[in-house]
Amino acid sequence: MEDVIVVRDLTKRFGHFVAVDNISFNVKKGEIFGFLGANGAGKTTAMRILCGLSRPTSGEAMVGGFDIRHETEKIKKNIGYMSQKFSLYQDLKVWENIKLFAGIYGMKKNEIALKTDILLNELGFEKEKDTLVKDLPLGWKQKLAFSVAIFHNPKIVFLDEPTGGVDPITRRQFWEMIYDASQKGITVFVTTHYMDEAEYCDRVSIMVDGRIEALSSPKELKREFNAENIDEVFRLLAKKSTRKEI
Amino acid sequence: MKQFLSFAKKEFLHIFRDTWTMMIILVLPVIMMLLFGYAVTTEIRDTNIGILDNSGDEISNRLIDKLDESEYFSVVKVFKSNSEIEKAFRKSEISLSIIIENDFSKKLINQANPKIQMIADASDPNHAKTLVNYASGVIAQSLMQESKANSPLSQINTEIKLLYNPLMKSSYNFVPGVMGFIIIIVCAMMTSISIVRERERGSMELLLVSPVKPITIILSKVTPYFFLSIINILTIFLVSYFVMGVPINGSLFWIFLLCIVYILVSLSLGILVSTIAKTQLVALIISAIILLMPSMLLSGMMFDISSMPLILQAIAQIMPAKWFISAIRKLMIMGVDVRFVLNEFLVLFSMGVVLILISLKKYKNRLE
Repeated sequence: MEDVIVVRDLTKRFGHFVAVDNISFNVKKGEIFGFLGANGAGKTTAMRILCGLSRPTSGEAMVGGFDIRHETEKIKKNIGYMSQKFSLYQDLKVWENIKLFAGIYGMKKNEIALKTDILLNELGFEKEKDTLVKDLPLGWKQKLAFSVAIFHNPKIVFLDEPTGGVDPITRRQFWEMIYDASQKGITVFVTTHYMDEAEYCDRVSIMVDGRIEALSSPKELKREFNAENIDEVFRLLAKKSTRKEI
Repeated sequence: MKQFLSFAKKEFLHIFRDTWTMMIILVLPVIMMLLFGYAVTTEIRDTNIGILDNSGDEISNRLIDKLDESEYFSVVKVFKSNSEIEKAFRKSEISLSIIIENDFSKKLINQANPKIQMIADASDPNHAKTLVNYASGVIAQSLMQESKANSPLSQINTEIKLLYNPLMKSSYNFVPGVMGFIIIIVCAMMTSISIVRERERGSMELLLVSPVKPITIILSKVTPYFFLSIINILTIFLVSYFVMGVPINGSLFWIFLLCIVYILVSLSLGILVSTIAKTQLVALIISAIILLMPSMLLSGMMFDISSMPLILQAIAQIMPAKWFISAIRKLMIMGVDVRFVLNEFLVLFSMGVVLILISLKKYKNRLE
């Protein structure tokens, strides 16, 4: 299986503060890669670098086959992004949001129209096509936001704590959507606070103080640390942290 | 281009779907015009005055009648002594008191320069000054007529000619001011808030991760406000021309071009504020305190710049509104040729260029 993300010795410094400290890892095509770490561990900074939002101080990385230093424009065309902080424009209708983001990624008008109908059908949102996003329940918004993030069929989708504040049932449904996307060959790079969700990933990495302290499948990790679940593994590793939470 | 259009469309939708934004854009200019036109007028109308006539002769009587007849004053008190005057001021019964010295007509006929004393309530100094000016005008006019009737007593003929605004209408002054003010609100304040809003809500991140160029995002955010400002300008012109009767003496082309240059300067101010402010509240405060207040107070819209302390005069020079208002006054009210406002054009233009350069630099730094 080919590697869609290759990271080698990536470091990001802000003055004297080393946010990301010499990390290296690979992510395979279609993999669901969990990127865990406490607040301030550096996972957001690392993710921003991979998305082309921020330049590394040193080290290299390829995302979707493109160099993060020189080919950010190409990377941007090939990735999708969703964060808990923002899910779609509240004052735009469902179809307007889909059309806007699809248009940004250069999709053709009739392709957008066709795919919109299919998508709304799959989600069971046919009646909500003309609803303003702010009138949808939170769980629906998150599901729709994820669908929009992968609407242009990216190679990789970055999910920044996508299920924050969502009820367990919706979270379950949300993860089914993630599995579907992965089945279709979309690589999923996800950060989360919920340790039970980490169990759903193919592999997880755990960051502490800017370094990757563990990286393996959930099963392996539990065996390695002799732990019941990922939460315990995480706690064991997080104890090492000398950084204060920001 | 396609991206730009779909973005600009989205921005229009944001505006159209927000009641408050629509209110500010459509209703505020009209409200401000009416407010300044009818409520906050600096014109004098039927102000209560008192008279102490120590002379009580024919000419002084006619003078008092003239004052009372004029649309500016109405004589509500006739005093018998100085002490009564103070009492009337304290009770706020009058804003101005006129004292005519004894043997007024005799002195006038003998060319002995009779004296008229005016006492004004200067707790509002500007108002007091205006009252005194108006009263002097009425008195001068009245005495001139007297002198025509009795030719020997003619002395100095003061003839005042008020250029460009013969009726001293304050609307001539505030229409350019309101324009300058509204454009700052719509372009600088609302634009900066709307850009910062995207950053605050996290959508800016999503846009930056997408293939859209940052410059496209900014331009498309600014576009709707550009068009809305033009609508505002047109509204203000229509209201001022048809409702307030303010003339448009100069060339429409240059007036319009001036407005567009000013709109562009204000938009770049808005972009600059958005690169500084981290939250919508900060954007609002910065635009209100650093842009709006000085635009209102120091631009010459309300107070004359040349009579301000030096430091404020200096600050006034860097307010785009000051240059816009000065130019639009000349073009619209005085109807002068464009070469007399080249200076203003040049200043506004350079301000725009500098502001855009600074914000572009700031914007790039943020991305790193």
